[in-house]
Amino acid sequence: MNGPLIGVALALVVLSATVAVLTREPVRQAVVLAVLGLSLSVLFAVLQAPDVALSQLAVGTALTPLLILLTVRKVSRRSLDDSDSGDGSGDDDPDAGGRT
Amino acid sequence: MTARGRVLLFGAGAVVVAVFFGLSCGELPRFGATAHPYGDRAVAASLAHRTANVVSSVNFDVRAFDTLGEESILFATVLGATLLLRLARDEQVRPAPAEGVLPTTRLLGIVLLPLALVVGVYIVAHGQLSPGGGFQGGVVLATALHLGYVAADYRVLERVRPLAVLDVADSAAAAAFTVMGLAGLAAGGAFLKNVLPLGTFNQITSGGTVPLFNAAVGIEVASGVIVLLAHFLEQAVEMSGPPEGGGSAEEEH
Repeated sequence: MNGPLIGVALALVVLSATVAVLTREPVRQAVVLAVLGLSLSVLFAVLQAPDVALSQLAVGTALTPLLILLTVRKVSRRSLDDSDSGDGSGDDDPDAGGRT
Repeated sequence: MTARGRVLLFGAGAVVVAVFFGLSCGELPRFGATAHPYGDRAVAASLAHRTANVVSSVNFDVRAFDTLGEESILFATVLGATLLLRLARDEQVRPAPAEGVLPTTRLLGIVLLPLALVVGVYIVAHGQLSPGGGFQGGVVLATALHLGYVAADYRVLERVRPLAVLDVADSAAAAAFTVMGLAGLAAGGAFLKNVLPLGTFNQITSGGTVPLFNAAVGIEVASGVIVLLAHFLEQAVEMSGPPEGGGSAEEEH
């Protein structure tokens, strides 16, 4: 067991989790959440749980912040919907019709 | 219920949980101890089935039923998101505009995309041998595909992402897990029983049904996450909302 390394990783997790709670702006919070996911996966790797570290890296660092960012973009887009209209041409998603 | 009543109720519940949690923590093996009652048994069971990665043996052999529940949760999540994020009556899909990216970004994407796909397949295929498995590899595969969006634009992502196929693959892989479990019931007398030949320890074909379950979960997670992200991306990139003041379905959430 590697005591100091575990301590550092744990401190990193506590620090980034606290910052994630204290950040109020969703976009910044998503970024801090990604950092929290990264430090959690470091902690899991240090604690000899590489399987969990991989899951945490993939979901906590990439997927969850991405879903949050996309949701924020969708919600904040409502107000500036008219400013950026598409060019109207191009290929449609072939499945878009089947998803109504 | 008044605010004071809520606090009292929470306080009572918290005290009960704290007491029992504290009592049970005293019985736990010491942190960082070399021997662990569950660990010793799991390693023995894993070695008996010639699965080098003990975590995969626990997930896909000893406690495969738990994993069936977990992958069903993911399947239900994707289904729920598909249902909630469907095109509402007052929404329109606008094709995403073509976008330019920096040449360096494009180069990075061209190099990284195949590399990330291979890493994803590797992690799924070697789940019974080394850290990783269906879930981890599946998420890597799904996010790797979205490098196409980062390195090019949304139209390219749509071309490399056959959603109709992925929908079917998601459901088929989720069903395959149960079907393989039933096959174990028919051949070995127990649901999800490891009935296949166990192979040689530390070879890619070892572990009996573990690689097959890994593959099923890998396909399910990869296609499920791509479909999930596709609906979020469709909402964020392609969809134009209702006119101001029009009550759409999402506004109530």
